Amino acid sequence: MAKIVVTPPGRFAIPKLSQFWEAREVLYRFGARDVTLRYRQTLLGVVWVILQPLLTALLFTLVFGKVAHLSSGGVPYVIFSFVGLLAWNLFNGIITRSQLSLVSNRDLVSKVFFPRMLVPLASVYSSIIDLLVSSAFLVALLIIYGINPGPAVLLSPVWTLMIILFGSSLGLVASALTVRYRDVNYFVQFALPFMLYASPIAYSLNSVPPKWRIFYEVNPLTWMLGEYRWAFLRQPVPPQWQIILSIVIPVTLFVASVIIFEQMERGFADVI
Amino acid sequence: MTSEDTEAARPPSNVCTMSQDTAIAVTDLSKTYRIYRRDGQPSTAAEQVIRNLRERSKKKVREEFEALHDVSFSVDWGQVVGIIGRNGAGKSTLLKIINRITAPTKGRIELGGRVGSLLEVGTGFHPELTGRENVYLNGTLLGMRRKEIRSRFDAIVEFAGTEKFLDTQVKRYSTGMYIRLAFAVAAHLESEILVVDEVLAVGDSDFQAKCLRKMREVARDGRTVLVVSHQLQTVSDLCSSALYLEAGKLLLHGSVEQAMEEYKRSFIRSAPLMQVMSARPGTGELRFTEASMAKDVVKPAEEVVIEFTIGANQSYGNRYHVSSFINNEDGMLIAQCDSRVNEFWLDPSTDNSGRLVLRTPWFKPGSYTVDLFIHTGGRQADIWEQACRFQVLPISPYSHATTPDGTDRGIVFPDFDYAQQ
Repeated sequence: MAKIVVTPPGRFAIPKLSQFWEAREVLYRFGARDVTLRYRQTLLGVVWVILQPLLTALLFTLVFGKVAHLSSGGVPYVIFSFVGLLAWNLFNGIITRSQLSLVSNRDLVSKVFFPRMLVPLASVYSSIIDLLVSSAFLVALLIIYGINPGPAVLLSPVWTLMIILFGSSLGLVASALTVRYRDVNYFVQFALPFMLYASPIAYSLNSVPPKWRIFYEVNPLTWMLGEYRWAFLRQPVPPQWQIILSIVIPVTLFVASVIIFEQMERGFADVI
Repeated sequence: MTSEDTEAARPPSNVCTMSQDTAIAVTDLSKTYRIYRRDGQPSTAAEQVIRNLRERSKKKVREEFEALHDVSFSVDWGQVVGIIGRNGAGKSTLLKIINRITAPTKGRIELGGRVGSLLEVGTGFHPELTGRENVYLNGTLLGMRRKEIRSRFDAIVEFAGTEKFLDTQVKRYSTGMYIRLAFAVAAHLESEILVVDEVLAVGDSDFQAKCLRKMREVARDGRTVLVVSHQLQTVSDLCSSALYLEAGKLLLHGSVEQAMEEYKRSFIRSAPLMQVMSARPGTGELRFTEASMAKDVVKPAEEVVIEFTIGANQSYGNRYHVSSFINNEDGMLIAQCDSRVNEFWLDPSTDNSGRLVLRTPWFKPGSYTVDLFIHTGGRQADIWEQACRFQVLPISPYSHATTPDGTDRGIVFPDFDYAQQ
């Protein structure tokens, strides 16, 4: 048992890793709670998880594939957009869930002591479960369409991790800001659909006119989508710089957002 | 955990500013909140931006409010310490800082071990989860390991008395069951320091007794308990010493009796009597010259006695009557006492003194003001608002104690009986 010293927060607080290790069970319990609630409340819990990206993929097929005739890189449009949506739903789910997590767990934040970061981070659980459920469906689609991803699929956990890190960095900062400013929510609600259409999810990068390409290439989601499709659909390997940056940037962002969150955390109980 | 274990785990004394017997050492602790004067703190980013632009040149609008000011004290192992003070004295802020829920602005706290909190029983309970799931979730939140919870699970459930409903969602629980289960989890937390805020406000009297026993047990184990309660009875039953806080300052750290005395005295101190006769509204044909309470601080079922004197006015020929309003802290009019219903009339040709005795209603704990009126015909000769003030102590007027949920509704305590027919 250690002595605990409480002092005013310093200017630059770096979170203690030991504190997170001690609270790992809290993370697990939060995650378990969210998953339980999600699947208990809706009868069709699991079905929805598959149905939602599938229906969206079908919608995209209709709008972008059949009506707008956008390119899908030579693979059937449905599976092309389904893979894109897997990545997107992971990213989107993490941000959406974590952003409101602190405000909706106001009681906890103002009454119990534990690393508050765990509240937004725990929302990653539900998104991962969703991902696992819908990737089981992806396997079925791959078999139906006779696509063999090849050895590239082995790297898919790495790209998944990077999407998680990228999403949770933004989610952490958004959740902390939402505590103080409730209109951050409106911004996120607007920014996410914008990103959905501004990233090559429903169409391949080839359909984008060259003069617009630069905007796509600086978007980390583009890199990660490229990697996902490389991993699952035998699409061309993304450029090396994209692969490197798609690892460096999420990791850097995550560290930065953890530090930012820590700075904002100590005032939460006073303003929430 | 016993105090021996505690000492064994401690680093050598030269790096430790607290002595071996000290569980909590608080040094010069201050907490300042920023108060936004005009429109409150901006709650949207847009508002903040606009305000920053508009007020860049002006002085900052925020003021500071010191919730705690240079509080220092230390508590030894095995003590149960009550924290007493009026609303806004800083009790809850102090507990929150000790609990690390909010950070201090200045000062230092050293804690000899894990702090377990019962700041709000049932925090983190989710209505959709079952009793069992909530025990695990809540236990984890309070800092218990999974193993600890598992080994104490049966004890927790037994303490709460909710064995049959373990796999029922807690939204189907009665309030009592819910709170008992929540308290049971917290009570089985083996932290070295336990912080308790008004928890005894829950459950029936059996359960309360059980809780008190549990807390004494905790202290006997050599652990330390801090208790904030508005129920003075609880504090005097349970605590070995007490802290008295007033306006963020620690005025006293001593015996429970001393702290209670100080608490009662604070009510008397704050009763200002404004008596400028000519400044009062009314026609002025007749004026109260004096008004006072026979007792400023009363128990709920005690008589409230207001004494007053009225000067003579020879030129006013008719008899007159008086009336009084009793208002609570929120300014709500609780009772009207018009002397006409008593056939109480006064003669203006002499100085008069009188007294008003209220036997009922039994007032709820809190602070009350008395407005006095002189009625001459259809006019009001004197309107003396807040002529007197009195305080009702937080004590139950009934012979049998109950939980606050049995008495806290309504604006007065009724005098009633139930009987079987």
